[in-house]
Amino acid sequence: MYQFFFDLTGNVIISTLAVALVPLICILLVTLFGVWLERKVSAWMQDRVGPNRIGPYGIFQTVADFIKMLQKEDAVSSEIDGVLYNIAPVLVFAGSFAAFAVIPFAATIIGSEIEVGLFYMLAVSSFVVAGILMGGWSSNNKYSLLGSMRSAAQIVSYEIPTALVVLSMVMLTGTLSLTQISELQTSSFWHWNIFGGPGWELSKFLLIPFMVVGFIIIFISTLAEVNRTPFDIPEAESELVAGYFTEYCGMKYGMFMLAEYGNMFAVSLLVSVLFFGGYQSPVGYLGKTFGIEWLVSLEQFGWFFAKGWFFIFVQMWLRWTLPRLRVDQLMTLCWKYLIPYAVINLVIIGIISLL
Amino acid sequence: MSLKTETMVLNMGPQHPSTHGVLRLELEIEGEVIKKVIPHLGYLHRCFEKHAEAMQYNQVVPYTDRLDYLAAMGNNFGYVLAAEKLLGIQVPERVEYIRVIMAELQRIASHTVAIATNGADIGALTPFLYLFRDREHILTIFEETCGARMLYNYMWIGGLSHDIHPDFVRKTKEFTNYFKNTIVEVDNLLSYNKIFIERTANVGVLPADTAINYGATGPVLRGSGVKFDLRKEDPYSIYNRFDFDIPVGKGLQGTVGDCWDRYYVRMREMEQSLRIIEHAIDQIPEGDVQSAIPKRIKPPKGTSYARVENPRGELGYFLISDGNTNPFRVKVRAPSFVNLEVFGELCKGHLVADVIAILGSIDIVLGEVDR
Repeated sequence: MYQFFFDLTGNVIISTLAVALVPLICILLVTLFGVWLERKVSAWMQDRVGPNRIGPYGIFQTVADFIKMLQKEDAVSSEIDGVLYNIAPVLVFAGSFAAFAVIPFAATIIGSEIEVGLFYMLAVSSFVVAGILMGGWSSNNKYSLLGSMRSAAQIVSYEIPTALVVLSMVMLTGTLSLTQISELQTSSFWHWNIFGGPGWELSKFLLIPFMVVGFIIIFISTLAEVNRTPFDIPEAESELVAGYFTEYCGMKYGMFMLAEYGNMFAVSLLVSVLFFGGYQSPVGYLGKTFGIEWLVSLEQFGWFFAKGWFFIFVQMWLRWTLPRLRVDQLMTLCWKYLIPYAVINLVIIGIISLL
Repeated sequence: MSLKTETMVLNMGPQHPSTHGVLRLELEIEGEVIKKVIPHLGYLHRCFEKHAEAMQYNQVVPYTDRLDYLAAMGNNFGYVLAAEKLLGIQVPERVEYIRVIMAELQRIASHTVAIATNGADIGALTPFLYLFRDREHILTIFEETCGARMLYNYMWIGGLSHDIHPDFVRKTKEFTNYFKNTIVEVDNLLSYNKIFIERTANVGVLPADTAINYGATGPVLRGSGVKFDLRKEDPYSIYNRFDFDIPVGKGLQGTVGDCWDRYYVRMREMEQSLRIIEHAIDQIPEGDVQSAIPKRIKPPKGTSYARVENPRGELGYFLISDGNTNPFRVKVRAPSFVNLEVFGELCKGHLVADVIAILGSIDIVLGEVDR
């Protein structure tokens, strides 16, 4: 994408900024739409109407909320640790923002096509922990402190099963690049990794059950990493008021919100890249039939967003259905169930892929 | 080598999402483990008992609404029973039937809130809204009958403020049929949800002897496996005419007397209330609901005590009359207040997240605790 902007403008700085701006706008729109969708989905599930005043079906409600949030007074307690308090939301947001750099939205639409995309994504998403700890500590609020301690323990623990499943996928595909993983799962949904990857060998059929297990493990653990119900204990509103961002208001609070929805979208996209073909269409492309190059990109972009939103919808669905776990049960689930199963899965997938 | 550790005091409430009103809890915690809980009461104190002394007997009724504001019918019931005992009034049959139906509808409405908030505290927000949606049907029936949705002032000494609405019988029957589905729905969505069971089973176990020693009543006592319900043990009004069971905690998912048992007792009690309503609704005799209301209320010197099984437990009113038009003393035995006493005992050694689960399962109403 950088090359595209460079060809267009011929200026290094402008094209770099343009590339950086795309994910930013993407996160903003995703958050605005995501919050609206969350409220509509929950309303639909709970027999309510949901936002319906501003714009058709209340679609501009979150825009209005966002403007309100920008205008709010930045009220801070006098007892805070100023520097950490102000850095924390930026850091949390930066973590989720940076993850978008390596996500291939289509074969040609990618911020930075680096070879170790998966590794990079896991690395920057753990950035968030530091921000949350800072926010919780510097707020000088006991609820925030408890929330951030829970959050740190949770995110660090759940990164292990995520990484193990990612590792098994890396073993299978032989690459760390998100673009190449997507490229491999081409032409039809039968070639997606959840169905054992491309090809028609016998090993493919052997792989399917373990792929499903891997998908379930990574979906649960990414759910925990982005602090969604049933794993939303760091911000459990009935226990810890709002968790680590209790003391934040105005746009600083907004940054946490942006990061939360940005993260939700990022992990949904990650799951769809690893198991559901990323930007690949399940059936084929109109653009290829008619020989129109740009239509293919557009279709890929559409498919990728559709998959991403589907997983976001599943996350919302779970949130409004399930109660939340307790902190010790959360750790039990991770260390006693997910990690052992992920390790076994890793070994079995390794053996099968050697066959 | 041992590390030096300190306990932390966490102040929970009076402005906290799950303290169910203005309860303030002082939690002494080590990490997230509770060492000690000190509840601080009194944020909603309205001097009900003293206030009642300055009122005539019939003027006290609207103030009883505000005790347990989720079960105002039950509060009225207890007070008018005590006053009628003092005055020696026999109310007409029609009044008795309507009172029982109203009290049982109120029990369902109150238990839906208890179950809904208990679930919402644990993170299940959808059953919360389903139950509030269906509670609305009861409130509509009440509103049609007496004009109020929450604070009814419906039961008067010797009668009722209004006769039932012409649609009352039909709507109540519709409701009882409809609500059975809701109970099944909530059972599926919440009661047998694996996560909900994990959060509530074996948490906050209240043994039967401790419950009795603390004087706990209502679902808190019955959750511990003690079969004690005033509607059966000491039948007031016409409860001895109806056939119903008393659900008790059996420790189906964990230990007898845990949070899940208290929750489950409420679920099953709603079914029994539906049974009573279905039984009573067809038998309402004709009559004038205001025929026994005395013109002038001036009871002779003496005392009376009446107790009713409110949704939260045994609600007792002790009236002393000195022969005047005002009561000399009104003492309320509030079930929420007594049940709250066991709270500190239950929380020890549990985590912060369990505190709200336990508090939700005890189901207090601060209007009644503080009076």
